[in-house]
Amino acid sequence: MTPRTLATTVRRIIGQLRHDRRTIAMILVVPTVLIALLYFMFDGQERTFDRVALIMLGVFPFVIMFLITSIAMLRERTTGTLERLFTTPVGKLDLLFGYGIAFGIVAALQALVAAGVAYFLFDLQTAGDPWLVILIAVANAVLGVALGLLCSAFARTEFQAVQFMPVVAVPQLLLCGLFVARDQMAGWLQAISDVLPLSYSVEALTEVGANVEATGTMWRDLVIVVGAVILALALGAATLRRRTP
Amino acid sequence: MDTAIEVNDLVVQRGKRIVLPGFTCVIPRGSITGLLGPSGSGKTTLMRAVVGVQVVKSGTVTVLGEPAGSPPLRHKIGYLTQAPSVYDDLTARENARYFGSLYGLGKAAADEALRAVGLEEAADQLVANMSGGQRSRASLACALVGKPEVLVLDEPTVGQDPVLRDELWARFRDLAAAGTTVVVSSHVMDEANRCDRLLLIRDGRLIADDTPATVKASAGTDDLDEAFLRLIRAQEEKAVA
Repeated sequence: MTPRTLATTVRRIIGQLRHDRRTIAMILVVPTVLIALLYFMFDGQERTFDRVALIMLGVFPFVIMFLITSIAMLRERTTGTLERLFTTPVGKLDLLFGYGIAFGIVAALQALVAAGVAYFLFDLQTAGDPWLVILIAVANAVLGVALGLLCSAFARTEFQAVQFMPVVAVPQLLLCGLFVARDQMAGWLQAISDVLPLSYSVEALTEVGANVEATGTMWRDLVIVVGAVILALALGAATLRRRTP
Repeated sequence: MDTAIEVNDLVVQRGKRIVLPGFTCVIPRGSITGLLGPSGSGKTTLMRAVVGVQVVKSGTVTVLGEPAGSPPLRHKIGYLTQAPSVYDDLTARENARYFGSLYGLGKAAADEALRAVGLEEAADQLVANMSGGQRSRASLACALVGKPEVLVLDEPTVGQDPVLRDELWARFRDLAAAGTTVVVSSHVMDEANRCDRLLLIRDGRLIADDTPATVKASAGTDDLDEAFLRLIRAQEEKAVA
């Protein structure tokens, strides 16, 4: 990996998105529309809106970046660009970090817009700093990217790739504590929840919602999420082979 | 003869099929070598092995004195895949710049490569909106951009207009004259006449390895298509006998 090839790879990936205006519009607008939907759903129940919208600010980037990355990487594999790249001096890490950074930047923009609307238009209340919410949202997005890169290795077609969403994202969503508090789950469900990274990012967001100052639990959770990112990227790197059968 | 590529007893299995059952050949430096043979004969597999992206079962492939696919070679090899492998959602220029940047080259190199394939006017179109011929030229530009010492081109002229095809061959000829080793696969026999050497491949086996003139002379015909056919028949008879 060199800074130069990493930088040009990031620029190339963002360039691909830039030509796809509709995708950019959807990335920026869809979470905001869904937050608005939540606002009207929980009309008159501000506390519930605060709790759910806060978690959603972390969940959207995860799900969306997971999907976008797994399709983007699958395309690299199926169109032959990956094969060609592997005959050039580009490194695996240039590609993995390239996707992580490029989509991380896009996710940061998405989180800024969604959080901005939630706080200013719909009066979202959190005890803690909104910037921490954005930080956790970006970490979640990068987690989505890392898992997307990994899962794309197991999909041959785009049909298969999108189906990894219910396999990878939905269980994490169900068990993260949004629907049933984690300490009220059956023991075995809690055990599963304990090894799913989204559980920790949701806990981190809840900590920001409840505490004025960043708590130790929040930082610990964030470190766990970053650890999961590194683990997924390392596994993803193992699935990228310069030589294929 | 200075050797650029040396393939020694190469065995490649793809799925359950043995595509190359023990292939040996030598490709001289600074020349155009044509890889000819029907679809499925193992041309693409051989090229993939030369550029170092093919898992091989046994045998060796040496390129410019290094094992194929080794890191120092990645700066010296340009590869054009059969299906255009460029980013659809970028313009031709952006594609060429990206691939150029991987070799540490700037905008000028990308523009030069686009000019070399006659794409300067369409360079700012998205590849997705290009015709098939333009698309494969965009892909070719990305193979040329790094000014590689070894250029491996899998059917580079398919779908190109005859004038352009002629220009591309003139370009390959210039590159070879400047010392580049060009390996071109084709199943169009009239292109084979433009090569310095021909490797005729069938079912993963080398049937002939010579200059086009010698191939024709040894088969006793002036038509390469016919020469190919006679060589195959002669080999089959030998196999039966």
